[in-house]
Amino acid sequence: MNILYDERVDGVLPVIDKQLLLHALQTRLPDLDILHREEELRPYECDGLSAYRTTPMLVVLPQRIEQVQTLLKVCHERGVPVVARGAGTGLSGGALPLEKGVLLVMARFNKILHIDPAGRYARVQPGVRNLAISQAAAPYDLYYAPDPSSQIACSIGGNVAENAGGVHCLKYGLTVHNLLKVDILTVEGEHMVLGSDALDSPGFDLLALFTGSEGMLGVITEVTVKLLPKPQVARVLLAAFDSVEKAGRAVGDIIAEGIIPGGLEMMDNLAIRAAEDFIHAGYPVDAEAILLCELDGVEADVHADCDRVRAVLENAGATEIRQAKDEAERVRFWAGRKNAFPAVGRLSPDYYCMDGTIPRRELPGVLKGISALSEEYGLRVANVFHAGDGNMHPLILFDANQPGELDRAEALGGKILELCVKVGGSITGEHGVGREKINQMCAQFNSDELMLFHAVKAAFDPAGTLNPGKNIPTLHRCAEFGAMHVHMGKLPFPELERF
Amino acid sequence: MDAQRQPAFVAQERDASDALLEQVNQAIQSALPLRIQGANSKVFLGREVAGEVLDTRIHSGVVTYDPTELVITARAGTPLSVLNAALEDAGQMLPCEPPSYGHGDAGASGAGDGTVGGMVAAGLSGPRRPWSGSVRDFVLGTRVITGLGKHLRFGGEVMKNVAGYDLSRLMAGSFGCLGLITEVSLKVLPKPRLCTSIALEMDSATALARLAQWGQEPLPISAASHDGRVLRLRLEGGEGSVAAAHDRLGGESIDPAYWRALNEHRLEFFTDGRPLWRLSLPVSTAALDLPGDQLIDWAGAQRWLKSDASGSEIRRIVSAAGGHATCFSHGVEDSPFQPLATPLLRYHRQLKAQLDPHGVFNPGRMYAEI
Repeated sequence: MNILYDERVDGVLPVIDKQLLLHALQTRLPDLDILHREEELRPYECDGLSAYRTTPMLVVLPQRIEQVQTLLKVCHERGVPVVARGAGTGLSGGALPLEKGVLLVMARFNKILHIDPAGRYARVQPGVRNLAISQAAAPYDLYYAPDPSSQIACSIGGNVAENAGGVHCLKYGLTVHNLLKVDILTVEGEHMVLGSDALDSPGFDLLALFTGSEGMLGVITEVTVKLLPKPQVARVLLAAFDSVEKAGRAVGDIIAEGIIPGGLEMMDNLAIRAAEDFIHAGYPVDAEAILLCELDGVEADVHADCDRVRAVLENAGATEIRQAKDEAERVRFWAGRKNAFPAVGRLSPDYYCMDGTIPRRELPGVLKGISALSEEYGLRVANVFHAGDGNMHPLILFDANQPGELDRAEALGGKILELCVKVGGSITGEHGVGREKINQMCAQFNSDELMLFHAVKAAFDPAGTLNPGKNIPTLHRCAEFGAMHVHMGKLPFPELERF
Repeated sequence: MDAQRQPAFVAQERDASDALLEQVNQAIQSALPLRIQGANSKVFLGREVAGEVLDTRIHSGVVTYDPTELVITARAGTPLSVLNAALEDAGQMLPCEPPSYGHGDAGASGAGDGTVGGMVAAGLSGPRRPWSGSVRDFVLGTRVITGLGKHLRFGGEVMKNVAGYDLSRLMAGSFGCLGLITEVSLKVLPKPRLCTSIALEMDSATALARLAQWGQEPLPISAASHDGRVLRLRLEGGEGSVAAAHDRLGGESIDPAYWRALNEHRLEFFTDGRPLWRLSLPVSTAALDLPGDQLIDWAGAQRWLKSDASGSEIRRIVSAAGGHATCFSHGVEDSPFQPLATPLLRYHRQLKAQLDPHGVFNPGRMYAEI
């Protein structure tokens, strides 16, 4: 079932006269950069989920918040859908444009407004890149903790909208744990501050609600993030295992020892070989799985914890344990992991990255399930795994030029996510639902739960013009999707008409 | 604190979600509001609610707990002491240290002790909060009975989950105004290997300046309080880091029971008869000149104030510093929580109207309008 916006199941969008809207915007905002010619619009037809493309009606590139405000007012008056976009690195199509909508590009808001070392916060515009915050804070020995692998390019506004994660989440949390305050504009162009410079604020926790809301409730215009003191040292251990199950058990053993590593990553054999071919990180290519365990903090503690982890890994049956002997080797160990996606990309013309989460104890069963599905669909799957927090990134290898392979990859991906839900997990740990996982939302939530999500949306955007079609599926979409996936002879959403 | 005394209650493991659902559905049908309570330990906080009592304590017990997954799931009526005992047995803890405000030590039965549901609904955190995160930061999932009378599940038992809106964290600190929390899954962490508490004599201006400086360094501080004369610090971590920090900072060792007494408002400071205010401030706020006595917690980000000054005067000074003030004494202020900016209040009302269309959940507990 196609994921591009389908008015039949996703809701009818208003018919907008492009020339009239363009004229109105040019009149009200004479100094706003507006792209409207086919060849100008093309570069914006997708985000990081490039398999799906839609040319937007118009692209606007504001440079001042007042322009965004006026734009939102004009669009609200006319019922025009608005899709906000940051750096366009999102992997779930959260910024996929609409043919009948305006794409609001926030990338030009790229100024760091203030770094306050004593207050340990940075106030930045939404288009500032994730890594740029840590670079600006570095002279004070502070940094911004969440580090999605796209951190050199992705923008903080997009990080907030998607509640971005990274490899250090178990110890340092997701984006939601590292924010103080977010300034937003409502669909009507009204300014609100969520959160505060203090650690809490009166009223409902709308900051938590907006984080990860995928541009559905408001447009982010400023972000105040928490900064942390840089850990004194970071050490990384690499352990090889002759079975994925043993590696999975070792993860639980480390935590049972009372240790929370800064990063704890697992790769399976296909991912190890791909990364080694690409980066030459020195990975053992005959291992069935490797674990990378990073311990950070104060020197004396890290030293003691390294010895403890080493003992745990030995008891768990590691066939080889290496500790990076210097910073260069530590960076090399990580480079293999951080480049695992492009490395796998070299094995195959295309790959499709999944993002399910599971309770860690379910890992061996889920990996067996993935391998069975991989055989059933005739597509290879490489597994990269934020093992510490149960976030899997199976990479499905396919060739989009072979007829039917993209469809097969998509179907296989859907099955993997449903497997994650079945064992008590989630269809997305950090990439977001966007358009990509809109159908799998129907597997994770029942119709009453989806209705409550729509009620939340209605409180902030009753006409539904902010990023329509993303994040929460309509019940009609679920009914149609469910009809194709009848589970155990029982149709989900039996109360709905099918058409 | 003038919490109403409750009859002794013995916690039992029991799934009473059907009974709770039935009570909510009756309230919806008859359009009669509910006053949700656990142990009633935080009844002093917020505005009076006129409504039929819904007691969550009939729905109690730890549902699942697997220490190596770092997740515990418990029913709303589970006493905090029962939850904490389960964690203690496995060498783990709730890092946000929620206060119970129960009357005295509850003992194994958990009688009179704050509940898990109340902890999440009130969203209050203890001394470790600036370093560990707040209650909402540890909420992974909730089960909620909604204003349409449905028992639903949001979030889950996994560390990362960005599917749909984050309704679980929205429930934290919402004082039961958006739905009835029936079950909560929380992230937990191993207890630190070592914990040492120290005291250093200095005035509050010096203490706040030092804390702002130390906050920029990777020191193992996990609590910092100043009473006007003495700065008390808790150091937590591995043996090496705690010893090194103790050597560097110096100071006398003190009884760690201080932190529990501070968290539960059992220090002498809290016995004063004047109204109690909680001031939430940016971490680097200098000493604030306010009428009354102050006790600094959270390295300056939370300050307790005993004062006869008017709410508007306190809020004027605290707001100018970028913070907000909550009145913790019952019946002193008509709006114990700091009033919201106009657009923010409008969206609060719209959210309340969408999630609780019949207005049955704790109407008016936070603000008269919601």
